Amino acid sequence: MSAELPLPLTEETEIQPRRRPLVEGLGPRIGLAIVAVLVLVAILAPWLSPHDPRAVALDRELLPPSAAHPLGTAENGVDVLSHVLWGARISLSVGVLATLISAVVGTLLGAWAGMVGGLVDEALMRVVDVLLAFPGILLAIFITAVLGPSLANVILALCATGWTGYARLARAMVLSLREREFVLAARAMGATEARILFRHLLPNLLGPVVVQATFGIPGAMLAEASLSFLGLGVPPGTPSWGALVDQGTQYLLVAPHVAMAPGLAIALSVLGFNLLGDGLRDRLDPRAASPRAR
Amino acid sequence: MNRVLRKIASTLLAAAGALLLVSVFLDLVPGDPVDAILGEQAMEADREALRKALHLDRSVWVRTAYFVRDALGLDLRSSVPPFQDRVFDRIAQAFPRTALLALTSLAFALTIALPLGVAAALRPRTVVDMLASAFAVLGAALPRIWIGPLFILAFAIHLDWLPVSGFESARSLVLPTATLGLALAAFLARMIRASLLDTLGEDFVRTARAKGLHPTRVLFLHAFPSALLPVLTVVGLQLGALLGGAVVTEKVFDYPGMGSLLLQAIDRRDYNMVRACVLAFTFSYLLVNLLTDLAYQAVDPRTRERN
Repeated sequence: MSAELPLPLTEETEIQPRRRPLVEGLGPRIGLAIVAVLVLVAILAPWLSPHDPRAVALDRELLPPSAAHPLGTAENGVDVLSHVLWGARISLSVGVLATLISAVVGTLLGAWAGMVGGLVDEALMRVVDVLLAFPGILLAIFITAVLGPSLANVILALCATGWTGYARLARAMVLSLREREFVLAARAMGATEARILFRHLLPNLLGPVVVQATFGIPGAMLAEASLSFLGLGVPPGTPSWGALVDQGTQYLLVAPHVAMAPGLAIALSVLGFNLLGDGLRDRLDPRAASPRAR
Repeated sequence: MNRVLRKIASTLLAAAGALLLVSVFLDLVPGDPVDAILGEQAMEADREALRKALHLDRSVWVRTAYFVRDALGLDLRSSVPPFQDRVFDRIAQAFPRTALLALTSLAFALTIALPLGVAAALRPRTVVDMLASAFAVLGAALPRIWIGPLFILAFAIHLDWLPVSGFESARSLVLPTATLGLALAAFLARMIRASLLDTLGEDFVRTARAKGLHPTRVLFLHAFPSALLPVLTVVGLQLGALLGGAVVTEKVFDYPGMGSLLLQAIDRRDYNMVRACVLAFTFSYLLVNLLTDLAYQAVDPRTRERN
């Protein structure tokens, strides 16, 4: 083979691709830093918190920030800082779990539908159409309203619509990849459909799916905060950012600090993941728009 | 024409699926729905009445058929005592208010996003562009449940310019509109910038410039129509996020629209009202999407049928 090439490629002449870091540029680096801090806070919450986030002290209700309570106290004298630190756990675990389940289920279903086509494909796409007919978080509101507030129900409600995005993405990519030479070659060599799917197609889907999931996590975190704000998310007493903002809005006049800290925590986390996602998209998603546009 | 019919058919199919899902979903609640709705201490007469109102003595399919009939015939009744409230009347009252809020938010978002996105696209990698990007990134990250209270603190409590909550005058609309529309403004600014930048690099724009046309003319008559087409579809889809966000926004500002009606119904465990509200949101979203799609086909020469 190599004899037919005009310039035989030897090890010396082979061009080494420069290894680019996965995250480059100022925005994505800031995003990565924010996400890293968020993860650390979530893990270390029990050691970082000055107080028990559920500890009730009725004589210290709705106090402004002080040395003992750096961010003040909320209803029932609950320490706002501790609540916010523990809230990172709830927020991040709902965000990551809901996104992980959605991504795995959606990608597998979508890729399968794209592979086999026909009735399976048609049926799956109709189901997706129905789920996408519900605007925004409305289906999640409906599901949690009927099933009742619990962490598992929140995750279930977010997955109920979450997987559709990954299914569409995976299906579209499989449809465009499945006639490509490397798939035809694998098939010609007698590879089973399952092997083609797992060894040849799914690795190609990984980049775009990871990018989409990076935007999915903050989306799920925002949704959890909204649901908890509406009283439909976590059960009462659970340290959730959305629930604390809900409480704070009732005391905006007397204790505006209660709503501020958890709100800022949500905003920063979403910002971090979005910035990181922008960076990853430029690196991992071959379908990202032309460099002119970004 | 074929494409139009197909689009209408798939919309109807999705609507039917949503209706079925919402009707059947109540049966997934573990335990007796009567206990779930009325509580275990409810009076026997009320329990009987609810059983009848929800047709719990019949099979799932008969029950679903009844719900669909009542919902489509606009004769659905409340599922909490005294079981007489006509659900449709309440929705007819609340729906226009939410539609109004959604429209003002959309107008607000476009008013900010259009000039910002265009300015950023015309002067890429300048201060204007960086400001626009910063706005796009921040606007998408700020949760409504936080900027709503922030706006209230700043403009209603400290500056005392606008009412804190309610629905008394046009002034009551300002803060909810800004809260609901900000994320969309951020999203659209980014989208308009990207789309216009792409279009400005196209051959037909270069040709127009080469012909010696005035830059304003090139921008508004040549680049704009082509750049804004993709934005149109996105606006239709983003309306979903807007309607979902309306629930949160209405709670923040105590705005008496569909979101407040829905939350109230959830609180009272009035499941017929809950289901009807969800369907009203869903059907209006589907309708708007259908109309956007048809409008897109009407204005985009590439999707027109050749005959």
